[in-house]
Amino acid sequence: MTLRLYIPIDAGALAVGAEEVAAAIRAAAARQAVALDIVRTGSRGLYWLEPMVEAQTPAGRIAYGPVAADDAEGLLRAIATDGPHPLRLGRTDDLPWLKRQTRLTFARCGVVDPRSLADYRAHDGCRGLARALSLGPEATVEAVVQSGLRGRGGAGFPTGIKWRTAAQTQAPQKYIVCNADEGDSGTFADRMIMEGDPFVLIEGMAIAGIAVGATKGYVYIRSEYPHAAATMEAAIAAARQGGLLGDRVGDSSFAFDMEVRVGAGAYVCGEETSLLDSLEGKRGLVRAKPPLPAHKGLFGRPTVVNNVLSFAAVPLILDKGAAFYRDFGMGKSRGTMPIQLAGNIKHGGLFETAFGITLGELVDDVGGGTRSGRPVRAVQVGGPLGAYFPRALFDTPFDYEAFAAREGLIGHGGIVVFDDTVDMAKQARFAMEFCAIESCGKCTPCRIGSTRGMEVIDRIIRNENRAANTALLEDLCHTLKFGSLCALGGFTPYPVMSALTYFPEDFGAPPRLQAAE
Amino acid sequence: MVSMQPTPSNPRAPWDRELALARIREHLDREGPLLPILHALQEEFGYIDQAAEPLIAAELNISRAEVHGVITFYHDFRRAPAGRHLLKLCRAEACQAAGGEPLAQRAEARLGVRMGGTAADGSVTLEPVYCLGLCALAPSAMLDGRVVARLDHERLEALLAEAQR
Repeated sequence: MTLRLYIPIDAGALAVGAEEVAAAIRAAAARQAVALDIVRTGSRGLYWLEPMVEAQTPAGRIAYGPVAADDAEGLLRAIATDGPHPLRLGRTDDLPWLKRQTRLTFARCGVVDPRSLADYRAHDGCRGLARALSLGPEATVEAVVQSGLRGRGGAGFPTGIKWRTAAQTQAPQKYIVCNADEGDSGTFADRMIMEGDPFVLIEGMAIAGIAVGATKGYVYIRSEYPHAAATMEAAIAAARQGGLLGDRVGDSSFAFDMEVRVGAGAYVCGEETSLLDSLEGKRGLVRAKPPLPAHKGLFGRPTVVNNVLSFAAVPLILDKGAAFYRDFGMGKSRGTMPIQLAGNIKHGGLFETAFGITLGELVDDVGGGTRSGRPVRAVQVGGPLGAYFPRALFDTPFDYEAFAAREGLIGHGGIVVFDDTVDMAKQARFAMEFCAIESCGKCTPCRIGSTRGMEVIDRIIRNENRAANTALLEDLCHTLKFGSLCALGGFTPYPVMSALTYFPEDFGAPPRLQAAE
Repeated sequence: MVSMQPTPSNPRAPWDRELALARIREHLDREGPLLPILHALQEEFGYIDQAAEPLIAAELNISRAEVHGVITFYHDFRRAPAGRHLLKLCRAEACQAAGGEPLAQRAEARLGVRMGGTAADGSVTLEPVYCLGLCALAPSAMLDGRVVARLDHERLEALLAEAQR
């Protein structure tokens, strides 16, 4: 009997030795004369257990991890005989960390072979497209509007409204652009989808193309993600061959094709208008809005720009209906959010759940606190432009509005955990430094203010005119916030001001009183 | 299934005008061809020679200043060859939280360079990178396109030794 194993080919798993594990298991199988079929998958997102190997059994998949190459011999014997093993975690589906999630977008990630369209179809793939084709463009746009889906890149703009605007704009050529320039530290959900379930993104973009009347799509992937780009390329080729892309998408009269474009290391190109300039072959300068990309986007044509996770949510919304998706979540944040737990965290990884879970539950309960074992002091939510929250704000529910009300943002859903050794003045300085490195240079407050901000923070740290310089820093942050075109200059004040507000003792001021927030 | 091995960014062919033109012309029928062209040239030569600027400008019918502006805007594009190996250490927040800073300092001390510099023997160029998307396995690094995570002093030493061979 052939033994079927699943071993991730996700960059995170590769970075901790998945390739070496696969090779060692193959060699062990040859020695033990075991017939072996290894399927390479994406990651399940339980990164502290990677490389995680799964074995197909009559009872379902059994997980083992974290596996090292040295474990191969004994592990294979245990799997082949269904015997005990110290790394045996039990049925994958029963792992508590997976079980308490609501995996809508990530349902297939880590399960299927990311390069096999047949596997995708066998796991409910292409059903959203079929539904969109039977509904027609207008009803498809309406379904996305009704689902309440908001842009998962960070801004949280209603996806359906963008689509409707582009659909209603007449032009000889329209474009679908996927923003896969996932530059926020602490985020990796886009990468996981592209490496683990690329067809769902292709299907989502094809549906968008049909809905708004666009025939051409681009996936703009950051150059730091070579594995994701390679998997997307392979999946696009397979999708063309399988009729998911091309002149007759899903045997319909609609045409849609797409290609991968690789960025070149500019963080600001994650901003949609800067991304469009970059795609056009220019410096990635931010554009003033209006005109909206949905009116005048790529090459001046109506363009839908959405994040990977936004497109990836669409097939399910079409397949199961807008109400199904909308029923998850809270307030104006509907559906699920793939949350990414990162930094100094015990159980880091991808946790998809309905909006509404609190920050404290995510960090302490799901994440298990710090990996260093020291107390959690601060968490940065939403990437380098997101606020640092102290434990006092851990009751904040994961929801766009709730975070905004506390001068924070959920952004692309990344949470970076820091223990009590962190120096928050240094983190505030880094926020300004990062802004200075990555500013596109168009707006003066961002281009120059970020460097001045670093200098002012240095003076505060050195205790030079501390009170006056603190007031100056606050004033500078105000200028950045209201004098910048995009979120880079506009949001850099969030990490700076939150560090200053909640951790004044790191800047040499008396500690903040532990008043209720 | 084939293993994905992203191409390393260290130099290969020496600068060659005809070869550069051939690589440029492969992309002329694409929409917005400049970034793909620059990536192709860097892949071929390991950097983008200044002599490429007028070639690209002429082929795309844009000014040399525009080409120069684009090359210098993006962190990835290199104006001179790097060392034989390229080691990128993530310096972003998730890796900072997990002890990335002492590792970066150690790498600088071991190679005798600051971030962005190339070791005196030309073996390795050390660069900062702001996020490799391996934030749940921080700190992380990339050596010639190969990703490494859960970096500690021991793993870093092994990477440095490999890069300096």
